[in-house]
Amino acid sequence: MTNILIVVVVILLVATLVQILRVSELLSEIKNKDVNEVTDKDNNTQGILFLIVGFGFLIFVVWQMVTWNHLLLPPASSVHGTQIDFLMKISMGLILVVFFVLSPILFYFLYKYRGKKSNKAYFFSHNNKLEVLWTVIPTIILTALIIFGLKTWDKAMNVELTESTTIIEVYGQQFNWTARYSGLDNNLGKANFKLVKGRNTLGVDMLDANAADDKMAREVHLVIDQPVLLKFRSQDVIHSAFLPHFRVQMNCVPGMTTQFGFTPTKTTAQMKESEGEDFEYILLCNKICGASHYNMQMKFIVETQEEYDIWLASQENLETKLLTQK
Amino acid sequence: MSEHHKENFITKYVFTQDHKMIAKQFLITGMFMAVVGMLMSAIFRVQLANPGESSILYNLLPGAWLNDSGGLNPDKYLALVTMHGTILVFWVLTAGLSGTFANFLIPLQIGARDMASGFLNMLSYWFFFIATVVLLSSLFVETGPASGGWTIYPPLSALPQAIPGSGTGMTLWLISITLFVVGSLLGGLNYIVTILNLRTIGMTMQRLPLTVWALLITAILGVLSFPVLLSCGLLLIFDRSFGTSFYLSDIIIGGEALHNEGGSPILFEHLFWFLGHPEVYIILLPALGIVSEVIAVNSRKPIFGYKAMVGALLLIAFLSFIVWGHHMFMTGMNPFLGSVFTFTTLLIAIPSAVKVFNYLATLWRGNIRFTPAMLFAIGTVSAFITGGLTGIILGDSALDINVHDTYFVVGHFHIVMGLSAIYGMFAGVYHWFPKMYGRMMNKNLGYLHFWGTFICAYGVFFPMHFLGLAGLPRRYYSNSAFPMFDGLSDVNELITFFALAGAIFQVFFLFNFFYSIFKGTKATQNPWKSNTLEWTTPVERIHGNWPGELPVVTRWAYDYSKPGADEDFILQTEPLKEGEIEH
Repeated sequence: MTNILIVVVVILLVATLVQILRVSELLSEIKNKDVNEVTDKDNNTQGILFLIVGFGFLIFVVWQMVTWNHLLLPPASSVHGTQIDFLMKISMGLILVVFFVLSPILFYFLYKYRGKKSNKAYFFSHNNKLEVLWTVIPTIILTALIIFGLKTWDKAMNVELTESTTIIEVYGQQFNWTARYSGLDNNLGKANFKLVKGRNTLGVDMLDANAADDKMAREVHLVIDQPVLLKFRSQDVIHSAFLPHFRVQMNCVPGMTTQFGFTPTKTTAQMKESEGEDFEYILLCNKICGASHYNMQMKFIVETQEEYDIWLASQENLETKLLTQK
Repeated sequence: MSEHHKENFITKYVFTQDHKMIAKQFLITGMFMAVVGMLMSAIFRVQLANPGESSILYNLLPGAWLNDSGGLNPDKYLALVTMHGTILVFWVLTAGLSGTFANFLIPLQIGARDMASGFLNMLSYWFFFIATVVLLSSLFVETGPASGGWTIYPPLSALPQAIPGSGTGMTLWLISITLFVVGSLLGGLNYIVTILNLRTIGMTMQRLPLTVWALLITAILGVLSFPVLLSCGLLLIFDRSFGTSFYLSDIIIGGEALHNEGGSPILFEHLFWFLGHPEVYIILLPALGIVSEVIAVNSRKPIFGYKAMVGALLLIAFLSFIVWGHHMFMTGMNPFLGSVFTFTTLLIAIPSAVKVFNYLATLWRGNIRFTPAMLFAIGTVSAFITGGLTGIILGDSALDINVHDTYFVVGHFHIVMGLSAIYGMFAGVYHWFPKMYGRMMNKNLGYLHFWGTFICAYGVFFPMHFLGLAGLPRRYYSNSAFPMFDGLSDVNELITFFALAGAIFQVFFLFNFFYSIFKGTKATQNPWKSNTLEWTTPVERIHGNWPGELPVVTRWAYDYSKPGADEDFILQTEPLKEGEIEH
């Protein structure tokens, strides 16, 4: 019934439009004027509209920045993340300045130079000085931005393994994450997709000596101010491990291992104080991977060394889990 | 084909070799696909505002798209997102835009009777047409159409076990895109040959209107990059159907280990984006060409810095081939490679900035006439500023770490590529409608269409940046699974409101378009008082464009309001006066 009603309403609307157009055309025929000719009055109205709507748009942008500011991610909880945030502030500031300069110029010009039949435009086909100027200025600004950006990128991506770096594997599959700690030797045992069987869901090669003390977990615990190197693998399709609060993202690609190293700087407890009781560090999937892509998550917890040690000790190692509990 | 020969219905409207009619075929097919793609977006926007709930819009969907409670199901949500992207990127903004205006404008603006090969041109449309039929038919297969995103990354797109849409739906997608590429190559070659060889006497490269320059560069980009997509797709077909392992390795799916070893999905991404990034400019450049022409005509001023505008187009086109890696910063490729791509990517901002400044300088001290086409051309400039700037964030690999694949990207490319290009397309349709159909489109409906679209489009896409900065990934069926996104539902509802309102405003355009074809007021020969050659042809369409001799060109296309002239425009065919300097 509703469908029929909708169709009827649409037909009536179209019929109304046809009639309105016919009437306006007939009227213009009577007045001997072309209905579609752009008159000075039109130019005036449209020019003013550009001024109003254009500035309305800029006000809308400011309104969004004010109203939704609290929705944005809190400051980064990692060392490199703080540098990224700084670069972001500079870049964002820069593009906002350009935006708030160029857009008003555009809308103002449209209003200011709205046409009149009696006016004539100024013939101005080129000006080499001006053109050089506005090629060189963006070039200089961009050069600075590129250099700054590349430095930040280098710092974020270059991982120096130190003795205190914990190596953790993050393994993605449709539609969940599993973590593997490298144990006391801080070396992950080898893995092969052909060995995935039963409880050995990550395909760890138990003949590899490094594998014995590895530990599997359904959440990741990290120690504050201790560097960590995440190694990513995928079982089926491409996933992307995204930890927005740490400014960490890396694709998990079947057939290869990728990595991202970072140092967390705020514990979950500290974040709960500033962001509210519900706060958790979350790992999301950020590469389309199937039906439950939107709900593929794992909790990350940053805590003190003591808390971490207690938690880690409570996790059984792979040898016990896979070999003895047959 | 210098004479106006007899035509019957079939040779005039169906298997026509007249470039003007082929252009209209592309336009109408593109418009039809735009409506389909837009309705899809309306449907998934409703889902995003009211996750899992039923909606009257879902009645539009054929087949089993709904979950038990009458809401859209997650697989089919991804199918809609995928098809929306495919249709808008390839069907509307590539074929619909280039196909229409390259076919229509190239011969008319360079003074040629038709394309170099009318037959190849016809073939180009019919390949496109069959591609369209195949793509649409995939909406009706039991397992649904392709659902792995328009970028069809394997293994997701290679394995039906991973997502149902990767079964028959994906096969049809690949067949369709193969036909599409063949069609666009036939078209592209034709455009290049025509522009280089069939320019009329006096039409030097330096006198070409910027539309033609933009279309030429677009065609070159297409001819160089589409074959790579074709080979990329062929390898995927091999992996899917013949057991090869180009893109597949170490996969367990549905509890079963696949035999594939040694392939790399990253290889696919490199091949895909080697097309994918030039594709962005294949979409954008024709729009910028159209906008340059429309702004000059309606400011009654020469386009400012003609040579710089051509140079900027060439530079953007060149750079577009060496920036594809910025789509892949997070794939785990060598960070040094990331640095190189950051460098080349940010360089694109320079020619882009030059274009914006030149548009502003063209408007400065103009005598601006606000035709509906002009409004949309301005819309393009505004969107190009707004959307282009956020590219500086995304192109910077360090910043991309946290906004990659989030709604920030969705907002960015919908404004800079989507809006700029679709506004350019609207500008082109309003501007050249009198030439296409010999009648005028209604001005006031055009105004209404523009303002509704302009306001709603910013209402849809600007807030998306905030979603992205809040960390929300794209292609999420619902944001309800993560408490951290609970605060975003208001934003999503606002976006959906504007999306639906914006869709309604398109009805005014469709109505205006079809009404005016049959009932619009009759057009005069040169309704906008333009300089270019298409306005020297008769109002009534003839095959061969000019009834007598071809026009001879003696000046550039932008002598508007030239001092010393009686009128504020001088046709390109008007000889230079004694002592007159060519601009």
